[in-house]
Amino acid sequence: MSEPTGSTPPAIVTSRTWRQGSWELGRYLQSGGYEGLRKALAMTPEAVQAEVVTSNLLGRGGAGFEAGRKWSMLAQKPVRYLVVNGDESEPATFKDHMLIEGDPHQLIEGTVIAAYATGASLAFIYIRGEFALGIERLEAALEDAYRHGAVGPNIFGSGFSLDVVVHPGAGAYICGEETALLESLEGKRGFPRIKPPYFPAAVGLYGAPTVVNNVETVSNLPWIVTHGGAAFAALGQGRSTGTRIFALSGHVNRPGNYEIEMVKTTFRDLIESPRLGGGVRDGRQVKAFIPGGVSAPWFGPEHLDLPLGQDEVGKAGSMLGSGAVTVMDDTTCAVRAAWRITKFFWRESCGQCTPCREGSGWLEKVMRRIELGQGREEDLDLLIDACDNISPGLRWPPAQTTICVLGPSIPSSITSAIHRFRDEFLLHVKEGGCPFPGALPR
Amino acid sequence: MTDARQPSSVENEEITIQLNGVEVGARPGELIIAAAERAGVYIPRFCYHPRMRSVGMCRMCLVEVKGPRGFALTPACFASVAPGMEILTDSPGVAKAQDGVLEFLLLNHPLDCPVCDKGGECPLQDQTMTYGPGESRFVEEKRHWPKPISISPLVDLDRERCIQCDRCTRFASEIAGDPLINFFGRGDHIEVATFPDRPFASYFSGNTVQICPVGALTASPYRFKARPWDLEQVESTCTTCGVGCRMAVQSSSGRLVRNLGIDVDSVNQGWLCDKGRFSFQAIESPSRRRGPLVRKGESFGEASWQEALRGVAGACSRAASSGGRIAVLGGAHLANEDAYAWARFAKGVLQTDWVDAQLADGLPAELIQGLPRATIDEACSAKAILLVGPDPREELPVLFLRLRSALTSGRTRLVELTPQSTSLSSLAASSLRYLPGEMQSVLRSLLGTRGTAGAELPSAKALEAARVTLGMAPGGAVAGGDGGEGVVVLFGRASLAEPADATAEVVGMIADSMPAARFLHLGRRGNLQGALDAGLAPGMLPGRVSLAAGRERYGSAWEGLPPEKGEDARGIVAAAASGRVDVLFLLGADPLSDFPDRALAKAALERARFVVSIETIRSPSSDHADVVLAASGWAERPGTTTNIEGRVSVVAQKVVPPGTARPDWMIAEELSALLDRPMGFQTLEDIRDEMRRLSPLHRGLGREAFAALAAGDGLVLPLAAAPVTLRPRLVDPMSVPGVGSVDSQGSPSLAGNARAGWDLDSGEEEDASQVKPDTALGDFSWTDRPVADSAPPRDGYSLRLVVSRRLYDAGMAVAESPALAGLAEAVSIRVHPSEIEGLGLHSGDPVAVVCPQGRVTMKALSDASVSKGVALVQFNAVGSSEERVLFGVGRPVHEIRLESR
Repeated sequence: MSEPTGSTPPAIVTSRTWRQGSWELGRYLQSGGYEGLRKALAMTPEAVQAEVVTSNLLGRGGAGFEAGRKWSMLAQKPVRYLVVNGDESEPATFKDHMLIEGDPHQLIEGTVIAAYATGASLAFIYIRGEFALGIERLEAALEDAYRHGAVGPNIFGSGFSLDVVVHPGAGAYICGEETALLESLEGKRGFPRIKPPYFPAAVGLYGAPTVVNNVETVSNLPWIVTHGGAAFAALGQGRSTGTRIFALSGHVNRPGNYEIEMVKTTFRDLIESPRLGGGVRDGRQVKAFIPGGVSAPWFGPEHLDLPLGQDEVGKAGSMLGSGAVTVMDDTTCAVRAAWRITKFFWRESCGQCTPCREGSGWLEKVMRRIELGQGREEDLDLLIDACDNISPGLRWPPAQTTICVLGPSIPSSITSAIHRFRDEFLLHVKEGGCPFPGALPR
Repeated sequence: MTDARQPSSVENEEITIQLNGVEVGARPGELIIAAAERAGVYIPRFCYHPRMRSVGMCRMCLVEVKGPRGFALTPACFASVAPGMEILTDSPGVAKAQDGVLEFLLLNHPLDCPVCDKGGECPLQDQTMTYGPGESRFVEEKRHWPKPISISPLVDLDRERCIQCDRCTRFASEIAGDPLINFFGRGDHIEVATFPDRPFASYFSGNTVQICPVGALTASPYRFKARPWDLEQVESTCTTCGVGCRMAVQSSSGRLVRNLGIDVDSVNQGWLCDKGRFSFQAIESPSRRRGPLVRKGESFGEASWQEALRGVAGACSRAASSGGRIAVLGGAHLANEDAYAWARFAKGVLQTDWVDAQLADGLPAELIQGLPRATIDEACSAKAILLVGPDPREELPVLFLRLRSALTSGRTRLVELTPQSTSLSSLAASSLRYLPGEMQSVLRSLLGTRGTAGAELPSAKALEAARVTLGMAPGGAVAGGDGGEGVVVLFGRASLAEPADATAEVVGMIADSMPAARFLHLGRRGNLQGALDAGLAPGMLPGRVSLAAGRERYGSAWEGLPPEKGEDARGIVAAAASGRVDVLFLLGADPLSDFPDRALAKAALERARFVVSIETIRSPSSDHADVVLAASGWAERPGTTTNIEGRVSVVAQKVVPPGTARPDWMIAEELSALLDRPMGFQTLEDIRDEMRRLSPLHRGLGREAFAALAAGDGLVLPLAAAPVTLRPRLVDPMSVPGVGSVDSQGSPSLAGNARAGWDLDSGEEEDASQVKPDTALGDFSWTDRPVADSAPPRDGYSLRLVVSRRLYDAGMAVAESPALAGLAEAVSIRVHPSEIEGLGLHSGDPVAVVCPQGRVTMKALSDASVSKGVALVQFNAVGSSEERVLFGVGRPVHEIRLESR
């Protein structure tokens, strides 16, 4: 991994990931590793929590819920769990992947800090099963951390003890949904739990109060504790504090992970700055881009000057989500792009509730039909109405007829594509096929 | 059975909710779907079932509930009502969402309704007709699966029709405890499947077919047999075992085709076992008796009823005039009225007390009738249950479901005193195992009394856990007069290789040391309780009255009474075997199959001078009869039956008996007339009138009460003992389909096609509850405690035999029902793995079983749940009678040795 030249200082979570051997304990200790934990253990758990509340760290998993507030909602029962969600499986999202492989000790340190602050008696790191190297490095790092006294009984002599369990997933996107993840951890089928209860903080793993935090969220904690919540809050603007990793992909010259101070940069900077995305390939124009993972509605060129901030993007009708920005240039077929995303959701629907199970397959079939030239004009209304039956009103943030939010994620790309590129759909219908390069044989 | 989901607060307490702008009452904690239903608003649904945990999967029941951010779609099966909650079930938003869900469900659902068994009673079809759009917008290819696939010998699965509602899978894991079916795959390729090489072998698999909201699960006995609109149905009671499950009996073109469970809260809560559901097939068996037969030399010849009955009456007259002995065996499969008529015929007309409804495989009638009684509901809410008897799942399957539900929900706790593990062991607070012959010793050690020398006792920890659960003092010191308060004892014969006296002695010790405990008899025979209540036992008269106490009342009303108490089945068979019985009536009894000592039973049949078998299906025993009389069977005659609790409910007639077969009571009446002592019963009502008049137990069961019984949930006798409480039925309209289901599913109707419960406003219950007890004859109580012979000391080289029943055996209900016949296991001997390994054999190998009476070969199976020193043999298993060599009646223990051949 090369040095992330694009990161605007200070690099908080990616300060080590570009260095050789960054996953090793020795390297970690040389660069101030586990100092945050030592400092945290000298504080009261309440004080650590207060620092995180001050930092206003927003959850980096997708929903963007304040981490400190989430902790404060934890029911104060004797047995509490911490679960770190590392089941990063969304197409074009690859930030946690890097953090796990590149800086596993930072994740472990953050995990212990979070467990200390929330009073969790056991912590799990649920990691996507396909992260073979990540699992290997994380397990080795955990072993070293145990030996170093940073995990296990009486951590650094503080009297606080914690075991951390690394649990690989079995290849289901839905297990990134926190309640499906908990079911999976319990050894059950990865079906999201029906709400209420609304939050694992009340009823979580094995029925006990549980905090579920994303890998990137937790990886921020050593820095926040070391430098103080106020230092983190001083970065960024408004509700979006600190820095954030943006996974940039698609038709840019320099795809990759960039840690950027929030709000201070725009999408245009991210895509075009020579230090960051380096511009659209072959000097082409941005046709559309997805600002926060394939669940998010698409943006067009008119949104390029929006700042990379949680509320700013939300107000404009989409979301920063998982921080995955995907750029489509003007050679992209909107129908094919939306079909491809729909196909992903169809393949990954868990099958528990009807609208998503059946709707995803139907939408995929219709999208495929249009792309392959068998579409009808009335299919556009059909697509919109079927989407409406999964996410009534097709508004943002979405309503849903389903148990979890995978269902209402399906319509985002379809309705975005139809609204922005209706003519392209009609061209597919009229010409009986896809007019863009790389079309599948009919 | 998720009673836990029911509101725990007082039923009268109500809150107010706004349902479609109208204020209606609801119970705190009630689900919206249930509250709306009670208020007359039917919310469409597929996955919701009132007896199971809600999963909110189908999304059909989405309604709008007002929250802080306005109205939002919420599954009505999952959200509970709250005071003032505003709910819309008919808004445009709700209609759009429900239409959408219906369209999604139909995308991949084959529209093969014309050839689907569910067509005409299908909730998906009905709700589509009621709510759905007329045309599909789906022009793509539907999902395809190979179909149907057989997931068990009784259940076929059509995965294309499946709508993934999780009802069958939830039932299997939550209710039945047989998690053998589950979801496989994901997304729109999710499917219900079994695990490799593990069929859906559950005693309760038929329930999944009944609760399937589409035609995905079909029962192989019903496939393509009938169309719902051709079905006729009556509500009746199952008499396959003693639980008395209520069911809808359905026929098409005059033939029985299907039984469906009906939800009676206090009994079966909607469920049936597969034996009860499918054994109706036996009445169409090729071995079905269609008319009387009279022995002509070595074979039988068809005869007229007149000729056959005259022959029987003649034999009775000859016996009477020569001072000979007449005996009656059986009657536990008769309706109450038949049993009463036969009790009067035997004891009044023939004046014999050699009458026994059991076949030495049960417990003394005095014990069953003379202990303070408990109902199933009382057992399920008892502070603790003490099980001294057989595995309820094998003998009374739906009682097992009730107990399992009560135990898993924590409403009660269980202590077992059994010789082998049962299907409830994993849920028991303490399981006390005993080596056959040492039951009394183990009980004494529990009670802390002496007399346990030499016995192998459970661990002190298990004993103490049992004492704590049963509310006993540490060490087992017997409490005072309130000992056993809140404890319900389930009792029966755990092993036929132990004498009845051993169980009786133990039950007696429990009754003496826990005076406040109450008892529920695990009697497996269909109407054993009814037969005993009618007096079909030595020393007993109808109404739980002893021969001595009732002599005056019955002696003057009847033709007379026997001079003294007679012999029970064991005495009758022994007497017959030594040539001391002149006429032996087999009242639906098959001693060759059911009497534990087959050799003795065979001798009895051969040496009794005249044997009359009154039966519905040819039994092995009737090959030895002189006259066979064809009786009408279940569903071929009306009547009432009494379950193990003493609950009387109606058994309805649905089809006509074949040939000239007739009800048992008519046979008794005609024989009495031929003997010039007519009882005078012309109709069933005549018998009921007499029962009501003479029997203290049946007092108050008037014509009106009987009429109400037909539609109700039965009445526990005696009526005067407790106020009659009637509960409205909790009905899943989708599980009780049948004729006209379209009317019941798209509308607020609660009861489906099954008849509604007792009319609460009719005033009937007041009549019943105002019955004054008839105390003239005194209360019958069991005082004569038997003491069993003590077992010989243990022999370290021998195994002690436990002989128990399984649900599927060689009995006629299974053997003559094609759907069930293949499910009965062949004879085998089960022992702890170490016993087989010690012989250098493997599980499944044939082994020689050696006992003092001889040596037989059978398959040996290793089973880690069997205690060391014990060998398990199934009673009346298929394919062999050899195991009968191993044991008889009367000996305290039966010891065997295994040898490699």
